[in-house]
Amino acid sequence: MIRLLEARAISKFFGGLTALSEVSLTINKGEVYGLIGPNGAGKTTLFNVLTGAYVPDEGEFVFDGTELPTGKPHVVVEQGIARTFQNIRLFRDMTALENVMAGHHIRTRATIWGILTQNRRTREEERLTTERAFELLRYVGIEQFARTVSKNLSYGDQRRLEIARALATEPRLLALDEPAAGMNATETGRLRELIERIRADGTTVLLIEHDVKLVMGLCDRIAVLDFGKKIAEDVPAAVQRDPAVVEAYLGGGHHAQ
Amino acid sequence: MNELAELVPYLGKHKPRAARAVVILIALVAPLIAILFGRTWVRVLDFALLYMMLALGLNLVVGFAGLLDLGYIAFYAVGAYTWAFLASPHFAEAFPAFAAGIGAADGIHLPFWLVLPVGAALAALAGIILGFPVLRLRGDYLAIVTLGFGEIVRIFMNNLNYPINITNGPQGINLLDSMNLFGWDLARSIKLAGFKIDSLFFYYYFFLLCVVGSILFIQRLQISRVGRAWAAMRDDELAAKAIGINIRNMKLLAFSLGATFGGVAGGLFGAFQGFVSPESFSLMESIAVLVMVVFGGMGNIAGAVVGALILTALPEILRHIALPLQQALFGQVVLDPEVLRMLLYSLAMILMMLLRPKGLIPAHARYSRPEFVAAGEARA
Repeated sequence: MIRLLEARAISKFFGGLTALSEVSLTINKGEVYGLIGPNGAGKTTLFNVLTGAYVPDEGEFVFDGTELPTGKPHVVVEQGIARTFQNIRLFRDMTALENVMAGHHIRTRATIWGILTQNRRTREEERLTTERAFELLRYVGIEQFARTVSKNLSYGDQRRLEIARALATEPRLLALDEPAAGMNATETGRLRELIERIRADGTTVLLIEHDVKLVMGLCDRIAVLDFGKKIAEDVPAAVQRDPAVVEAYLGGGHHAQ
Repeated sequence: MNELAELVPYLGKHKPRAARAVVILIALVAPLIAILFGRTWVRVLDFALLYMMLALGLNLVVGFAGLLDLGYIAFYAVGAYTWAFLASPHFAEAFPAFAAGIGAADGIHLPFWLVLPVGAALAALAGIILGFPVLRLRGDYLAIVTLGFGEIVRIFMNNLNYPINITNGPQGINLLDSMNLFGWDLARSIKLAGFKIDSLFFYYYFFLLCVVGSILFIQRLQISRVGRAWAAMRDDELAAKAIGINIRNMKLLAFSLGATFGGVAGGLFGAFQGFVSPESFSLMESIAVLVMVVFGGMGNIAGAVVGALILTALPEILRHIALPLQQALFGQVVLDPEVLRMLLYSLAMILMMLLRPKGLIPAHARYSRPEFVAAGEARA
């Protein structure tokens, strides 16, 4: 097992509220790593801290041997971590294709001068960006909507487009925040296939998900958060049997406090 | 010519012949108007072209990058004053001893190809100076700060005549050099085979060239990684960050590039008018340019152009109709054309918000090269 991402004792406080309390976890290369927990457990906060949207109050992330900077989302993406959002956030006035092309931004280098003169390098880069965007749309299965303005896409297709856009940043770790939220069974099934394909093609996946069936079937390992603390980290079958997890989900003594 | 024809909205794509006709019309419109209505209207056209450049530049900031800027005219002022400083007798008058000492007894008179880029660069710098403190602001807050910035620049121009006379204060700077294209003075009318070609035409074509150049540049920006990054930032800043767009750099780039167009337009304005004073750069002017952008359709090159043309020409048309009309009806002028202009601007805005909230030409902006998209579809 090669470690790809290591979270070391991450804490995040909002005023008096402890959103994350010394959460440590290790994601290995090539696995689908699930992050579950009841609402408000801190899953999305962990995402935001990881991707640089928030600055952690304590702890650090080590990604592929180097420490990630805090509060610099664009550097995190450049290092190879891409994310999607729980509530879809597409660029609504751009077409599906352009959304994916925008995702390729960090891997392109055209300068203002190159754009003004449209020199060969800029044109070639632009051609490759377009081509790559088509490939990714095909990869997630919505190439027929390349020209559709993204706000007019169906819900499931918007989710796929968001994944394609994240893949356009050429990540080594793809972080998906509840990708199956609001999907019906067929859509979820197709999503599962997609995530499996992404893993097979060599991208590690970090998955926040409420759909227990999806998580249990898809993930190699799972971490469970509750009240900002990691209460379990193991293979799905073991996590399912973990008494602390059962208590967190089904309620128990400490919920009544 | 074909590339120009493609720029014409709608027609460019569907009716190339009609588009070419439009291009020819634009090329011939100045002499036509002069013959039909007189040379005053060519002057109006010249100003319309300057406003087009301003609207195009502001559209870059407001329409593409989504940063509401109410102080845009400050960059116009920077360009105009740069021209005034570097191409007028002002410094010889203000500091005779110093000017004589450096061998510029009749003032500094640098050529246009030097002054315009310097003005553009200074405006871009001003754009960055404005950009830094407002990086974290949006919407109304951004508008207020940029508004303040615009006013600060104007107030500086108004008051920097004391203790050292740099800007000559409210009187402004006079006798600016005209545009001199390598020995050809645009401000001088030419007699050719008995015909007198008015200098206004030269300015018309020179400005037209500048506007077309601006449009080509902005269009190329729009379909580049930068255009996409701006649109992304405008549509959803958080998502833009999540795909690795460096928001700070892209905002500063938008402010400085937008300002560059303002700076060039300002330089042209100084040369054309031969005179600059702070009152040309009031808040109302900033608002006027913003209205042009919004009226025409935000985030849309054609919109900025059409908005600038209509809103520059309208007050002039009004002046020519409203004054005689009022005199005929009431025997006196009840409403000053300037008041009427503001009234109409407001009315136009209100109607626009009610009837066409996305502007005269709603943006259908594309951020990818059509030929590559077509090629990609063909392969699929």
